[in-house]
Amino acid sequence: MKRYLLVTLMALPLTAQASTPEQRGFQVYRQVCATCHSLNQVHFADLTGIGLAVPDIKAYAASHQVPDGVDDDGDPKTRAAHLTDPIGSPYPNEAMARLANHGDVPPDFSRLAMTEEGGAKRIETILRSYAPKPVDVVLGPGSYYNTAFAQNHIGMPPPLRDGQVAYADGTKATIPQMAQDVGAFLDWVAHPHRVARSDTGLVVLAYLAGMTVLLALLKRRVWKRLKESRQ
Amino acid sequence: MSKPDTTPSGWLETRLPIVSAFRREYVDFAMPRNLTYLWNFGAFATIALALLIVSGIFLALNYTPSVAEAFNSIEMIDRHVSSGWLVRAIHMGGVSMLFAALYVHMARSLYYGSYKAPRELLWLTGLGLFILVMIAAFAGYILPWGQMSYWGATVVINAMNAVPLIGPALASWLLGGEGLGSVALHRIYVLHFVTGFSIVGVIVLHVAALHVVGSNNPTGVEPKASDDVVPFHPYYTTKDGLGLCLFLMVYAALIFFVPDLLTLANNYAMANPLVTPGDITPEWYFAPFYAILRAVPSKLGGLILSAGSLAVLFAVPWLDRSRVKSARYRPMLRWAILGLFLTFIALGVAGMHKPTGLWLAISRVSVAYYYAYFLILLPLLPKIEVTRPLPASLRGESV
Repeated sequence: MKRYLLVTLMALPLTAQASTPEQRGFQVYRQVCATCHSLNQVHFADLTGIGLAVPDIKAYAASHQVPDGVDDDGDPKTRAAHLTDPIGSPYPNEAMARLANHGDVPPDFSRLAMTEEGGAKRIETILRSYAPKPVDVVLGPGSYYNTAFAQNHIGMPPPLRDGQVAYADGTKATIPQMAQDVGAFLDWVAHPHRVARSDTGLVVLAYLAGMTVLLALLKRRVWKRLKESRQ
Repeated sequence: MSKPDTTPSGWLETRLPIVSAFRREYVDFAMPRNLTYLWNFGAFATIALALLIVSGIFLALNYTPSVAEAFNSIEMIDRHVSSGWLVRAIHMGGVSMLFAALYVHMARSLYYGSYKAPRELLWLTGLGLFILVMIAAFAGYILPWGQMSYWGATVVINAMNAVPLIGPALASWLLGGEGLGSVALHRIYVLHFVTGFSIVGVIVLHVAALHVVGSNNPTGVEPKASDDVVPFHPYYTTKDGLGLCLFLMVYAALIFFVPDLLTLANNYAMANPLVTPGDITPEWYFAPFYAILRAVPSKLGGLILSAGSLAVLFAVPWLDRSRVKSARYRPMLRWAILGLFLTFIALGVAGMHKPTGLWLAISRVSVAYYYAYFLILLPLLPKIEVTRPLPASLRGESV
C-alpha cells in the first residue's frame, strides 16, 4: 500500500507537467490568437476540462479586466475576471474589433471547429497554408496569400512563426506543431463534453443491450405458449 | 361491482374505475395474434414524445426567448448547465427519432390499409397528430436562434405570406409587427409549448379511437374467433418492450456517438439577418415537403402542392375503393405503394440539394407520382386488379 502511494506521489509532478495537445493549443491561443479572437461562450472555469490547474486558471482570469457597472459618479468600473466569467473578446466592442481588422470582426472561436466546414482539420490546414506571395499575384490591403482557399487569400495576417511560444513541456514550437495544437484546442472548445458523452453512451448502450437480451428471452418464452397451443 | 365498498380498491372502483379500465384496455385487451414488429412504431413514437416533453421542460427552465439571449442561453445549456448537453441531446435526437417512428408508422398504415373502415378516425386523428408534430418541430427549430433557425423561419414566413387573402394577416399575427424579432420569438416559444402539449391531448383521442375498433393486422382480415386474438399482456408488452429496447439503442447511438449527424453545423452560428447562408437546407424530416415546395417555379403553386401533399392524405380512406385492406393480397397495389415510398425518399434526398438539373427533375417526377398514386391509382386500381384470396382466420398466420 505504502509503495503504491509512493509511486503515485512520484508520478504526480510528471503528470502535472506532461501537457496534452489541447493544453499546448490553449497556450498558443492565450499568447497568439487571443490578441484578436474571442471565446465568448467559454468560461475561465471550463478550462479545467483540458486539465489545467485551478490556481493557474485563476491567475489567467485575473489578468483580464471586465466591466463592473458604474461607480458612484456614474463612471464605468472594471474588475479582474472571475472563474465564472466568459473568456470573452480582446476588444471592448464590435466597432473597435472592426476598426482594428480592416472592417471585419475576427470570428469567435467558441464553435468555430463546428461551423467551419472541415472542422479542426480545416483550421489546422489554413494555419499551415500561408506561403510567400508569388510576384504575379496582386492582393488588396488586408489580404494575405494562403493556398488553403480557392481564391488564395485570407484576411488574417500569418499568425504563427516557428518558435513563437515556449511550450511548457519542451515540445518544439514549429508552425505545423502549433497549428495542430490549436486545432486540438478548438476541437475541444467546440465539443467540450465529448468524452463525457461517449462514456455515458457506452454505459447506456451496455444497459440497453442487457435489457434487450432479457426481453428477447422473456418474449420468446411468452410467445412459445401460442406456438404450442397451435399444434 | 365484484369488490365490496369496504376495501380501498373497491372504494376507488365504485367511484372512479381506473384500475378495471386499465386492466380492460392494457392487460386483457384483445390484440390480433399476428402483428409484426412494424406495429411497434406507434409505441416508439409515444415514448419519443414523452422523452421530448420531459427534456423540453428542463430545457425551458434555462432558455430565454429573446433575440439577444436565445443563442447564448442555448450555449449556456450546452456548456455550463449540469448535464445540459445530455438533456439537449435527448431533445434534439428525440425529434428525429419521433419523425422516423411516425414515417414508418404511417407507411405501415398505408401498406396494410389500416386507414380503411372502421378505422377512418384513427387515420384522421393520426394525421392531425402528424401536422401538430410538424408545427411543434418547426417552432422548436427556431428557438436556438442560429443561422438555420432564422433563415428557415424566413423561408416559411415568406411562404405563408404567399397564401392569398389570409397569408399576410396570419404571418403578421404570428410575428407581431416587427418582423422576425423578439416578439415573434416569444410567440413561437409559446406556440412550441402549446402544440407540444396539444399533441398529448390528441394522442388520447388517437388511442381511444384505436381501443374502440382494435388494431388492424398484416392480413387486413378482422379477427373473428377467440383464438385469432391474444391478450395485450403479456404478449404485446413483451414484444413492444423488446422493440422499444432496440429503438432506444438506435436513439442512444445517435445522441451519444454521432450527435452532429442530424444537425446542421451552421445553426451553431448565431442568427444574422445580414448574412444569408449559401444554401438553406431543412432538417431531414421536412426535406420531402421542402422539395415539393421548390419543384415548381411558382411560390404559390409550390405551396399548394406542398400543403396538398398532406391534405390528400386526409381523403385516403375514401380514395381507396378496394375491399381488400392489406397490400399483401393486392399484387398491383403492392408495387404501386413501393413506388410511393421510393418517391417520398427521393423527395427527401432532393430536398437536401439545390433544386437544379437532375435533382429538380427527380423532384418533379416524384411529385407527379405522389399525386398520381393517391388520385389515380388508389381509386382506379381496384377496377382492374385481381386480388389474392384472403385467409379465413388469423390462426394460421405466423406469430
